[in-house]
Amino acid sequence: MIRKLAFALALSMVPAAAMAEGTMPQMDFQNPLTKSQVEWMAVILVVLYLVLSRWGLPQIGNVLENRERHIASDLEAAHAAKAEADRAVAELNATMKQARDKAQADIAKAEAESKAKAFADAKVLNDKLDAQLAYSENQISEARNAALAAIKPVAADVAATLMVRLTGKAPSEATLTPEIDAALLARKAA
Amino acid sequence: MAGPSIDALGQFRLSPGLGPLGAAVNFTNSNEAMLASAAIIVVLFVLGLRSRAIVPGRLQALIELLYEFVRNMCVDTIGEEGLRFFPLVFTLFSFILLGNLLGLFPYFFAFTSHIAVTLSLALFVFVFSTGVGFYTHGFRFFKFFVPEGVPVWLLPLLVPIEIISYLSRPVSLSVRLFANMTAGHVMWEVFAGFMLLLTASFGVLGAFASVVPLGLNVALVALELLVAGLQAYVFAILTCLYLHDAVHMH
Repeated sequence: MIRKLAFALALSMVPAAAMAEGTMPQMDFQNPLTKSQVEWMAVILVVLYLVLSRWGLPQIGNVLENRERHIASDLEAAHAAKAEADRAVAELNATMKQARDKAQADIAKAEAESKAKAFADAKVLNDKLDAQLAYSENQISEARNAALAAIKPVAADVAATLMVRLTGKAPSEATLTPEIDAALLARKAA
Repeated sequence: MAGPSIDALGQFRLSPGLGPLGAAVNFTNSNEAMLASAAIIVVLFVLGLRSRAIVPGRLQALIELLYEFVRNMCVDTIGEEGLRFFPLVFTLFSFILLGNLLGLFPYFFAFTSHIAVTLSLALFVFVFSTGVGFYTHGFRFFKFFVPEGVPVWLLPLLVPIEIISYLSRPVSLSVRLFANMTAGHVMWEVFAGFMLLLTASFGVLGAFASVVPLGLNVALVALELLVAGLQAYVFAILTCLYLHDAVHMH
């Protein structure tokens, strides 16, 4: 067991020993393959460089540029569409404002017109009523005067009859008439 | 007593690739992985570019993401002039990233764990960025090694330090990638080897005990995934930084 362990330990030192012996294939510059691999690398790299620089990279550049341009033009179109939409909205707002203003003006005008008409109508009606009222009052006072005038002879008669009954003597018309007029005036005033 | 032994470095051994034809031109198994990486990148582009949709599908979104990621890295680090170097940085980044990621799979060769590969890439970046510096500024680029606002008597000390730090760029750039990838792969191999050793040494008990290195390896997979992405990113961003220095000189 111990021998085996020692053996394993010894073998684990092998890589270090191999390095120390200077047998790294990388350092073996006597090997013609060490030099030829570099020569072939130069060939491969030159071909790779030509393929990439003449074809591959410009193509990718084109693809990226196309995308850039595509995005830029799309953005531009979007901006233009937005500006168009903004303008349309502004136009719409202006039209709506104009319509609203006009409607309000129409409403105000109609209101004023109808107010004026109603006022005029009322005035006409009032005048008519006033006229009728004046006429009626006139009629009433006329009727009243007529009635008062008609009452005067009756009062004179009644007063004369009363005087005859009370005194047995007919009063003179000259004394009776002013008295009756004064009484009638007092009543009228009352 | 011939038990299993750990050959942690065998995975880095180069061998001829692509059959006898490849062997004839010294094509290696490392180059096979490079070819696979490059092919995967190209295939991703072909598939991702199939529809070219305004609203991308998954693959298209993936390559667009990669494209914009590296592009932003270039522009943010180097500035607008960085777009000239974007294809180069993209090639390096995607190649290293795919190499790192492919290397994580069993039987795939991690070519970024070869110092010859990473040093070549780093030297290329170094020479290229220096060339860009001289191309952009002419001989005035030497002023890059003369820090501004420093007393004149300090310059004999500072200029050599600046030059040495500049010259050490390719070393740090290459060793960082190489060491990270190599260390991760060696650890994997060592822990996996432990499992074989434990089982061979202690039988059933060892087989149960090997759950520990297995768990460690599972955790290492997560770490190595992170390292694979991170090191590719670090290589690319440092390339951008060096190019920034070459273009702007400060």
